[in-house]
Amino acid sequence: MDVQAQIKETVTSNPVVLYMKGSPKFPQCGFSNLATQILDACDAKYIAVDVLQDQAIREGIKQYANWPTIPQLYVKGEFIGGADIMRAMYENGELQTLLESAK
Amino acid sequence: MLSASQLEGYIRQGLACDYIQVSGDDGIHFEAVIVSPAFEGKSMVQQHQLVYGTLGDRMRAEIHALSMKTYAPQKWQELKEMEK
Repeated sequence: MDVQAQIKETVTSNPVVLYMKGSPKFPQCGFSNLATQILDACDAKYIAVDVLQDQAIREGIKQYANWPTIPQLYVKGEFIGGADIMRAMYENGELQTLLESAK
Repeated sequence: MLSASQLEGYIRQGLACDYIQVSGDDGIHFEAVIVSPAFEGKSMVQQHQLVYGTLGDRMRAEIHALSMKTYAPQKWQELKEMEK
């Protein structure tokens, strides 16, 4: 399976997926840390993929959503955004609603 | 080292901006507020993709992080009114 198919498989078979640098316990970048904090504040269950463990995923995920930065959040297979968008959606309550719908 | 004003220049070249402010002085982390008519009717993801599009490979090579707030002109006007 190529990387794009692998990513598609991951984001469609799990309701909430965060591609990040490091792990939720040990995030390796401030923006990835922010993303995990927001998801925790929403009480969300999610799969975290550490892109630092796999160079092919790290580059492939940027092409997958046409989005050059990490973290990236996917809900029900759809690309939602990076840290800025997650923060904006958390502040206006949209993210909580979206995550609730994915439970 | 990439400066905030250079980055602002790159974005302006690729996108008509009514207002843009870029800050950041470490050469790799930047913050931007951008108002453009091109954002009208687009989702936040699409708006950010437009900005990333103006930066192309620089986003991979030089810039570690660009934190941004993007607004269509009307939305920006509404925000300004609220601050009055």
